[in-house]
Formats: sequence, structure tokens, C-alpha cells
Amino acid sequence: MLNSRSSIVVAALAMLAVTACKKKPEPAPAPAPAPAPEPPKVNQDSIDAARRAAEEAARKAAADEAARRAAAAEAARLEAEAASARATIAQMVYFDFNKDDIRDDAKPTLDAKVGILNANSALRLRIAGHTDDRGSDEYNLALGQRRAAAVQRYLVSHGVDASRFETVSFGKERPAVQGEDEAAWAKNRRAEFEIIAGGEKLRMPH
Amino acid sequence: MNLARTLALASVAALCCIPSAARPQDTTATKGVRIGLTYAPGTRPGVLLLPVTGPGGDSVYAILGRDLDYGDRVSVIPADPGATSTGALNYPAYAAAGAAAVVQASVTPSGSLHIAVHDVAGARVMNAWDFPLAAPALGPDWRMAVHRGSDEVERAITGVRGVAATRAAFVRDGSIWLIDSDGYGGHAVPGTAGGLSPAWHPSGRYIAYDELAATGHQTIVVRDLTSGTTHRISAGYTLNLSPAFSPDGNTLVFAAGDDGSDLFSAAPFGNSAPVRLTPARGFSNASPSFSPDGKQIAFTSNRLGHAEVYIMDADGTNPDLLTTTAFGDQMYRSDPDWSPDGRRVAFQSQVGGVFQIMAINLSDRSVQSLTSEGRNDEPSWAPDGRHLLFTSTRTGMKQIWVLDTESGRTRQLTHNGAARMGAWSPHLEAAR
Repeated sequence: MLNSRSSIVVAALAMLAVTACKKKPEPAPAPAPAPAPEPPKVNQDSIDAARRAAEEAARKAAADEAARRAAAAEAARLEAEAASARATIAQMVYFDFNKDDIRDDAKPTLDAKVGILNANSALRLRIAGHTDDRGSDEYNLALGQRRAAAVQRYLVSHGVDASRFETVSFGKERPAVQGEDEAAWAKNRRAEFEIIAGGEKLRMPH
Repeated sequence: MNLARTLALASVAALCCIPSAARPQDTTATKGVRIGLTYAPGTRPGVLLLPVTGPGGDSVYAILGRDLDYGDRVSVIPADPGATSTGALNYPAYAAAGAAAVVQASVTPSGSLHIAVHDVAGARVMNAWDFPLAAPALGPDWRMAVHRGSDEVERAITGVRGVAATRAAFVRDGSIWLIDSDGYGGHAVPGTAGGLSPAWHPSGRYIAYDELAATGHQTIVVRDLTSGTTHRISAGYTLNLSPAFSPDGNTLVFAAGDDGSDLFSAAPFGNSAPVRLTPARGFSNASPSFSPDGKQIAFTSNRLGHAEVYIMDADGTNPDLLTTTAFGDQMYRSDPDWSPDGRRVAFQSQVGGVFQIMAINLSDRSVQSLTSEGRNDEPSWAPDGRHLLFTSTRTGMKQIWVLDTESGRTRQLTHNGAARMGAWSPHLEAAR
């Protein structure tokens, strides 16, 4: 950031200097007799021209390099921001057994998603509800849908348009972790978030 | 009198773990004329199976014997090695061996299975049939023809058609599988990836199931098992699940929704818009099962805040909480399956946090607990209304098991690879 800024400043100063030189009023030339033709300094002129060209090329290369570095740094910054946004979107939320209520510990996670959604108007998400391995296979498919819908309701109630979501359920069919204890069950009772549109160049809220 | 005494001698008292008052009567399906034998519930007539002559006779003998054993209604008496299946039968000797009936079968040169059932006390043939055996021998159609023979033998002797000529559909490795009632011929149905909750059309030719796509979108698929063609049904939501056919096969009911889920009714082979049966109030309604007269539907609903089993009229009116009595844990009863005789609804109820199979008697709403070992759920009745299959973890991995609700006898139907969501087919009739 600092680097690119100073490069820009240097380039601007150089341009100013060139402009100033051109605009300097020149003294009126004294009338002179027709000058005797001088022998052309071909060699010296070509050497100077070559030197000037080399200097110009070096300056241009330096400017290009600076610009390239600036662009790369900006791209890296944007990618880091997008990655941060994607990670915030992907953060799962968890539920209590046989419940679809949004838990208090899920709200900050969802609030962060609201910010991302507001900062990226083309972003659309698929919200997938999941359940633990207890309970009926079929009823859990229905329960997973209620969980996805509860998440959507929360996001909509915080100002995001419902058209930006698709809700689905996997019931108990796609456990995040295997296991027959509360630790495993707690990790499987969840909603997952998948970007289905507008996922390029995500911005963090500012 | 003589017959009754013979029967009594030949009978084996069934192992009974179910209160007799709750036991269904076995003679309700009796139709037409029954000659010679009477069948008392809880007793098993002895049936002597003679060696089967003709090509493939040994296999026919093994299949008939196993079917009659799995039927749980007769006691199979192995044939005396010296017994003959040709010539005159020695009825007094069979009576002495405890046989009320003798099954005499042969594979004819033309490729039919000929079966005669003899009434031992009457010393005469009660019934005889010919079942065409489709080539190749021991192929799936050939086996099914032998199973049809077993079922008719059982009907002749007990008055109730057997359930050997049936299959189970179930879920394994993310696809729909089929397996014969005796555990043979298990195979995945091609093209059913993502399949869940298979249900049989009463013709036995079609199944419906929930296809769960990688995106989480669920669609009801009706598949012709003969041709492999499919018809897809959705109520316009991402969630469409738990299909069930009406007994006349003209209606498909399933659950669908985008928050709660409601039951919808649709034409299984048409494109008319599905009709909502349950009111859209944000509750989850799922797992419908028709009464055998097609007039009512049992289903799971959380309208009281937790899953319970309800019954409503087939048009969605008159919903009634079925599982009102206190049994098992509070809070969770689901997955009803209405017995084909109309008398009972099987369901799963959590007991100590683990599902067990129970059945509620609709006449007095008494409840029988049918399982206790391991975790047991997803009951599906056999066409006889006596056997049911279910998913059990009793040997570790989830497998499909068969339970005789009268004797309490169980057998494991599937092996090798987890299996669940079993659905017992109707009687599979011979192709005409």
C-alpha cells in the first residue's frame, strides 16, 4: 500500500517537472547571419539518443514494475478480503436436539453473514439443514428443512431479501462427523452455507 | 373329531411373546372354500414335504421348505429319506409322523412346477396346481414362480396366502435395492442414486422414492421396475419426501414444503398439480401410510411440538392423534405403517432414547412393543399383516430384519453392507 502510493507520487513529480520545463518562456533569439553549415555530429547525437532511450526505457520499466507490484498487492488484498468473506459465509451454525430454534451462540455468526450479504448484492446462498443420527430418517429430512428455513428467517429479519436464499435439507444423510455420542451429534445438528451465485470478488463490509 | 385330534397332535404351539388379546386373528383373509383342514391361531399344522422330482427338484425342495418355515404358520417335517413322491402315499405313516398335510411336488418335462397338497386325515388330494417355471432355472423369475407355489400351499393348509412371492425394497450405499423375501437376489436398481424411502405400487411393478440430489434438492421419482422409465413429481419445493401409494394405486401421497412440510396428493403417472392435504401451518408432516380401504392416512406430525403419529381422512380432514397413550419416552413417535388387514398401525417410539417398533391396535388402541434388542425402526408390514420388516442395529451394522409379530421370531433379511428404509412389496403376481 505504502509502496504503491510512493511510486505514484514519484511518477507524478517527474511528470510535473517535464511539463514545467516545456512551459518555460524562451528568450527571443538574436538575429544572426546565415550560419555556416556545421558538420553533422552524427555519432554524438546517436549516442545521446541511445542514452536517452535507455534511460526512458529504464524509467518505464521501473514504473511498470511499480504498477505491477501495486496491482499484485491490490489483488492480494482483495483476495484476502474475499477469502475472509467466504470464510464468514461458510461458518456453520448449530442446533439443539430435535429443535429448529436459532441458538444465541449462532446469532453473531449469522449477523456477520448479514454484513457480507449487504456488502455483496449479487451474492446468493444455499442454506442446507442437517440433523444428528438420532430420530427418524424421514422426519429428520423434514427437521433439516425447518432448520434451514429458521436460518433464512433470521437473515431475512435482518434485512436481507429472501430471494437471495435457497433452503434445502439433507436430514441425517450427510453427517459432518461420525460418532454415536453427544460430541458428534452436536457437530452434526447444523446448517451449512454454500455460495450459489455472486461469489466472485466478495467484499467485506466497510 | 378325528381331524381335530390329528391337527392337535401335529400342531406346535407358537412361541408367544404377545398378549393374546392383542393378537390378530389369522383367519381373516380366508376366502373361498377350504377343504379338510382347520387352522387354529397359535398352532402350526405339521406339513411333510416329499422330495421333489424332476430337473432342479432339489432346489425346489429347498425353496419350498424354507418358504414354509419362514411363513411361521406351519411346522415343516423333513421327508423321510425313504419317502416317495410317486405312487400311493402312505397316509397312516405320515399321520404318525405328525403331518396334517403332505406336499408332493415335481418339475415336469415341460418346465412347470406341479404341486399337490394332500390332506392326511382325509387321505386325499386337497389342491393341485401347475406353476410355469421361467428359464433359466434358479433365475429370479424361476425362483419367484416357486415362491408362488409356496404361498398357495400355505393358503391351502392355513387359509392365509403366504408372503414368499414378495420382495423388499431398501436403501443401501445411497441407492434403492431389491431383495427376495428369502434373502436371495439382492441387487441395486440401476439409476436410483440418491434414492431414499422406497414405496411399492400395489401392482408390484412400480416403486416410488425420494431422490436426494447432491444439491439437497429432493424429488419424488416413480420408477417402472420392468422398463426402467421414470416419472418425476414435485410440489414445487426443494423438499419432496416419503411417498406412499394408495391401495388402488391411483394416488401418490408425499410430504413437501420449504419450512414445515405438508402432505400432498398427486396422480402417480400424471402431471396434474399436487393437492395439499394438511394445512400450511409450518409444522412438519411426513411419512404417510394409507389404510387398506384407502379412506384414511396415518402420518407423522410435530403439530404438538414433537413427533407423534396421527390419522386423518384421505382428503386431509378429521386429523386425530393416534399415539395418545403414554408409552416409551415422551416426545418421539413416527414412521407409521398401516397393516394390510387394517387392524394395526406399526410405528417407532423412542424408549430410553432408542427407537423400538410398536404396534397400536386400532380397535382398542392397545399398544404392543415388538422389539427390544438394539435400535429398531422403519417398520413395514408384509401383505399378510402378520410379518413386518424393520431396520435393526442388533448385530452392529444397520440391517433389514423380518419379525413374525405373532411368535416373536426374527430373521435377518439383508447382510453385507448397511441397509435401511425397508419396504415390503405386495404379492408379486406372475406376468400375464
